Amino acid sequence: MKAIELRRTLRTSPVLCALLIMLAVCGIAVFAPLLATMDPLALDPTHRLSAPSATHWFGTDAFGRDAYSRVLHGARVSLVVGIGAAAIGIAVGLLIGLLVGYFPLFDAVVMRIMDGIMAIPGILLAIALISLSGAGLATVMVAIVVPEIPRVVRLVRGVILTVKSEPYVEAALSQGTRLPVLLWRHLVPSTLPPLIVQGTYIFASAILTEAILSFLGAGLPPETSSWGNIMAEGRMYFQLRPGLILYPGIFLSLTVLSVNIIGDAMRDALDPRLARRF
Amino acid sequence: MTPHSARRIAGGPAPGHPVLSIEGLNVCTAGGRNAATVLNDVSFTIDPGETVCVVGESGSGKSVSSLAVMGLLPPGELRVESGRILVNGVDMLTIGPAALRALRATEMAIVFQEPMTALNPVETVGFQIEEVLRLHTRLSRKARRERVLQMLESVHLPQPERVYRAYPHQLSGGQRQRIVIAMALILGPRLLIADEPTTALDVTTQKQILTLIRELQERHNTAVLFITHDFGVVSEIADRIVVMHHGRVVETGSRTDILSNPRQVYTRSLVTSVPSLVPAAPNPIQPDCILDVRKLGKIYAGRGVLKRVKALPAATDISFSLHRSEIAGIVGESGSGKSTVARCIAHLMPASEGAIVLDGTDIARKPVGTLGTARRHIQVVFQDPYRSLNPRMRIGESLIEGLTNFGETRQAALQKAGALLEVVGLAPEALQRYPHQFSGGQRQRICIARALALEPQVLIADEAVSALDVSVQAQVLRLLREIRERTGIAVLFITHDLRVAAQICDSIIVMHQGRIVESGSTRAVLTQPQAPYTQSLIAAAPGKHWDFQNLCPLPTAEPDYPHPIRSGLSTPDIPGVSHAQPITRRQP
Repeated sequence: MKAIELRRTLRTSPVLCALLIMLAVCGIAVFAPLLATMDPLALDPTHRLSAPSATHWFGTDAFGRDAYSRVLHGARVSLVVGIGAAAIGIAVGLLIGLLVGYFPLFDAVVMRIMDGIMAIPGILLAIALISLSGAGLATVMVAIVVPEIPRVVRLVRGVILTVKSEPYVEAALSQGTRLPVLLWRHLVPSTLPPLIVQGTYIFASAILTEAILSFLGAGLPPETSSWGNIMAEGRMYFQLRPGLILYPGIFLSLTVLSVNIIGDAMRDALDPRLARRF
Repeated sequence: MTPHSARRIAGGPAPGHPVLSIEGLNVCTAGGRNAATVLNDVSFTIDPGETVCVVGESGSGKSVSSLAVMGLLPPGELRVESGRILVNGVDMLTIGPAALRALRATEMAIVFQEPMTALNPVETVGFQIEEVLRLHTRLSRKARRERVLQMLESVHLPQPERVYRAYPHQLSGGQRQRIVIAMALILGPRLLIADEPTTALDVTTQKQILTLIRELQERHNTAVLFITHDFGVVSEIADRIVVMHHGRVVETGSRTDILSNPRQVYTRSLVTSVPSLVPAAPNPIQPDCILDVRKLGKIYAGRGVLKRVKALPAATDISFSLHRSEIAGIVGESGSGKSTVARCIAHLMPASEGAIVLDGTDIARKPVGTLGTARRHIQVVFQDPYRSLNPRMRIGESLIEGLTNFGETRQAALQKAGALLEVVGLAPEALQRYPHQFSGGQRQRICIARALALEPQVLIADEAVSALDVSVQAQVLRLLREIRERTGIAVLFITHDLRVAAQICDSIIVMHQGRIVESGSTRAVLTQPQAPYTQSLIAAAPGKHWDFQNLCPLPTAEPDYPHPIRSGLSTPDIPGVSHAQPITRRQP
């Protein structure tokens, strides 16, 4: 029944478009070295800030690097950050959420810590972390994932609290099922549908946050071809070469928009009650 | 002109004219080409002042017909295909939504099963009853309030002024249902539809509500369409009975016709599967004691960091013993602590005090991890068959869970599971299927199979047949008895239904407010109850004057058979029953 629902939701045109765009972005990320016309890091001081041409499709930046190749490689960075953040966020959140939901003892303490984390603005935390331990992919990931964890924990906790009192869980208990097995076999599966949906949102917001951090100069090292970095460098020459901001900007918005549309569609499909209400 | 005055001008139907007449009603699912028929050519009538009971098992279409009358069929899901529904001669299906809205509450009203969800939790009940008057009359504010207070008084709520300002959660289940009835009857509708109005209530409260409906009906000559699955209730209140099955009317007749001389095979099987209140022949009690519960107590600790919350004793001083192949019943109303006792014994929650001695060892205080084989010797079958099996797991996986936990190989466990399914009357192919592919009764059989897989010494059935239709209930009870005979298992049978207890239990423990008030053999407790509470419980059991198996009235000392509810207009409050105690839901 769920499969039918999923297929029906996915068949609407915005969702199909979003899926196609995501497929294209993934293709670009995987085959970036093949699709790129040049090395994204190769400097060419003689061709600085050149206009789009047959050799430089999107033009070049202030160091003469090929903007087109950099934007393609930027898709790699974005997807790695997005998928990584979603995976880590969900894994950690699920673990904490399980403990908190199942053991009331943890609940009071851990949830207050989570509330604390939620109170800190994500960007501020990221900037603080990076100024403490220096820029790099790992730091950026931590900075992006940490603010997302409380949301995942709350989600998992809610599901566990409801499912924990289901008679089938009590039946399993009285059948002598040990706790780790019980959690894995009877409780975790019901958290998965909402987690998949939450994952897409983390994915989208991670891509966005990485771009923001890089744009602010608090993200990945400047030589990395990330969309945020490209835009940050293009900012100064906006009047001369608007493409340096425009092209990575378009890629960024389309990717984030598609991920969000897909996430909404999955929520509607996996939780039909919400779909009807909105 | 308000609809209210409109009706008065019209003067209502001539006497002898039916208030409600359903003619050839067909309802189907709104599914386009593959629409399924839900109601098939349903016809019946109700005269003024008459009570017609529509009975049937779940899925028979009895609720759908009542919703169709009120014009409340879920849009987009069910639609009326053909037929007429005449209320006072006006066809509900053709008058349009605005006219229908005007007729609700003035001409016809409905009372639902669950009074908590039928009331708005954020408004006072006074405001909610007054809303009916605000919408349908032009009374002044003062007159409205007066009218509401009058109505509260006529449904016998104490201190109407206080109740007027109360919120639904501050009232008990029975009080809430009185409010809903007050709301339904305040404009004096000619037709009252009551859709299982007492199913969520305890028997003693049920009796009071039935009496109230009868009293108001007689005062206003209201026609009552009463939907129920409970033949006990039917035998007390019905003038005529409509039996429904699979969306069709199987049989219509007077109460005596249907209950003592059913013409259709289906009606006969339905009536005769109602368990009798007369205790069945007891099983001789074996001398060896399997489970000994001594002075068991459970206190729900007060929680709350900032303010002190009072600790709540849910069970106090519970002592009894269970012998080999004995079926012992724990009966009581909601909140009596019977489920608490069951859950403590099953080790689903720790007992606060006392001992639970199984095979010579006290397991009451053992941490769950060290229970070892004691865990497998006490197994539970829960009330709700729809929630007791993991919907994501195949039946086979659910059945072998316990066996593999205790070291059996997958292969051997699956073989055993297949054999167990045959024991409970299902084909071994069921192993490959998922829970949603089975009916409630079949699922309960699967749950019993799962409990038996570990070859326990004690089986706890916590309201295990309460969610099932009577015919299915009878089958499951038979199965339990067979298993007891075959394996010598001892069963602790928790139920609120005295009829079921009378049929299956060898001994009965009556609980009230967390304490045992009476215990003994089923025969002794049911025929010569000593405690006043037990007496009131038995007195409130609906249909105790009718022998459903033999289709005739029971010979009783009390000669008030003809209409027990009618003759006793105001039942005195039952001793020992606290009305202040809110009843929010049935025992889990």
